[in-house]
Amino acid sequence: MSEHEYVPKSKAAKWFNDRLPLLTLGAHLTDYPTPKNLNYWWTFGGILTFCLITQIVTGIVLAMHYVAHADLAFASVEHIMRDVNYGWLIRYIHSNGASMFFLAVYIHIFRSLFYGSYKSPREVIWIIGLMIYLLMMAAAFMGYVLPWGQMSFWGATVITNLFSAIPLVGDSITTWLWGAYSVDNPTLNRFFSLHYLIPFLILGLVVLHIWALHVPGNNNPVGIDIKKPSKDTVPFHPYITIKDAFALLVFMIIFAGFVFFTPNVLGHSDNYIPANPLVTPAHIVPEWYLLPFYAILRSVPDKLGGVILMFSAIFILFVLPWLDTSKVRSAVFRPIYRQFFWILVIDVLMLGYVGAMPAEGVYLVLARVGTIYYFLHFIVVMPVVGYLEKTDPIPMSISEPVLSGGAEPSIARKVDDKV
Amino acid sequence: MSKEEKKVNRRDFLFTASYTVGAVGLGAVIWPMIDQMNPDKAQQALATTEVDISSIEPGKSITVLWRGKPIFIKKRTSEEIAEARAVKLDDLPDPQKDEDRVKEGKDEWLVMLGVCTHLGCVPLKDKGDFNGWFCPCHGSHYDVSGRIRKGPAPTNMEIPKFEFVNSNTIKIG
Repeated sequence: MSEHEYVPKSKAAKWFNDRLPLLTLGAHLTDYPTPKNLNYWWTFGGILTFCLITQIVTGIVLAMHYVAHADLAFASVEHIMRDVNYGWLIRYIHSNGASMFFLAVYIHIFRSLFYGSYKSPREVIWIIGLMIYLLMMAAAFMGYVLPWGQMSFWGATVITNLFSAIPLVGDSITTWLWGAYSVDNPTLNRFFSLHYLIPFLILGLVVLHIWALHVPGNNNPVGIDIKKPSKDTVPFHPYITIKDAFALLVFMIIFAGFVFFTPNVLGHSDNYIPANPLVTPAHIVPEWYLLPFYAILRSVPDKLGGVILMFSAIFILFVLPWLDTSKVRSAVFRPIYRQFFWILVIDVLMLGYVGAMPAEGVYLVLARVGTIYYFLHFIVVMPVVGYLEKTDPIPMSISEPVLSGGAEPSIARKVDDKV
Repeated sequence: MSKEEKKVNRRDFLFTASYTVGAVGLGAVIWPMIDQMNPDKAQQALATTEVDISSIEPGKSITVLWRGKPIFIKKRTSEEIAEARAVKLDDLPDPQKDEDRVKEGKDEWLVMLGVCTHLGCVPLKDKGDFNGWFCPCHGSHYDVSGRIRKGPAPTNMEIPKFEFVNSNTIKIG
């Protein structure tokens, strides 16, 4: 943290800054000392901010043309696609933007898992981040309902019916969510209202997320605290801004690739059929970013059990900082945990794959194995490995292995290789 | 000492009274905000529907919409009724006699909510391992009485409130 007091140069700026220290905040954000060894996995915070703003801007524009009524919604989306000037572009950015948002957030979350960014003193950053992730899922789900196609309608039916698994009050809660006796116009109307609200809640949480980040400062690939700010850090601007900007450009190229060349590849063709409450599509599949949780839901042959397990899969992440018993943050120095980390990555990808497949035969077996490992990883592997693992020696400071080579060159080289 | 005690008690009373009145007031404001999301009068007005069943052949079924949900109306053949009644209650995850799912004397008419009790999909007719319905979403099998036999659904398909207005018409709701 830069501790020097910022003083604006001009008299007018000083007058304003004394009354509302926005310029001091700006100076803090510009000078913010950032570990100099951050790699490209650290650029996804900036990318996610870009994603949020893109969704808000395109969403506000779409809301100018969309009609939230069961009889008109589907036609109004087609109206956006065919009649509104550049409507196709704005809608494709918004719909693919949701997928890009989740792609970035998953990389961001697994970055945290690998480098131990959720550990002390950064637990609150992690928890706020998970709250953002939960709100993102709610916003994405409700947004998917708005076009009022077959997948919209039946996706909404299946997800809202999850709440009917709650004993005693389940059915009342479901009816209350619907505002009718099935998913119907009142449901669509309130989903639109909430879909518009949630991004702004996320924006507020993002401010808290960054604020909480700026208290301890960034974690970094070697996972050790900053020893000497003058040696271990660089100012956020221009060093990190330029790195973030480069990563963002690469990300935008991939984003544009989806928007312009395969805008529907991540969606489901059934959603171009208007909602029909009498016919359920043969395979109801959620959007790709929810598939691992869907696989967990379906792996349990009991309604309430499946729902409980699915929600637990998310909520277990909230206590992760206390399940991980290792004092070493970065997996670079944790030879055993590092292997389990990659097993978890493969496990989640596999759950995503079987979530898209029919729940039968070998897929059901894989879903069950994957679900069991997912929970074992957090409940057993993380506490036990943290105790038993013999970690590699960690460097003295961020700059030491790089600049001087340190007292033990062998350690330095080891660190250098992995990072 | 006693003077101080008295002072504290008076203050405690004021705090408790304020919090109580505040909580009641807050609740009175919050409840309308919550209840507005429940089905409105227009939705409740759709609560009954009358269906003409005279044209349904034995062994066939029709689907009608009631409260936004499909209702299956099936005229069962005597073999199907016999099959449904031959099932042992011990074989059912949600034991219920077929006799309890139909109106007495109108045993051929099965009127039920065509909604899978798992997560609300519409099951497909004449499919599945039990000659009844099969839900494609998560693989629940129902028998010819609409009772759950296999799969994740917890209960039998629901029988709505209905009555025979005359021999050709039923009123649902």
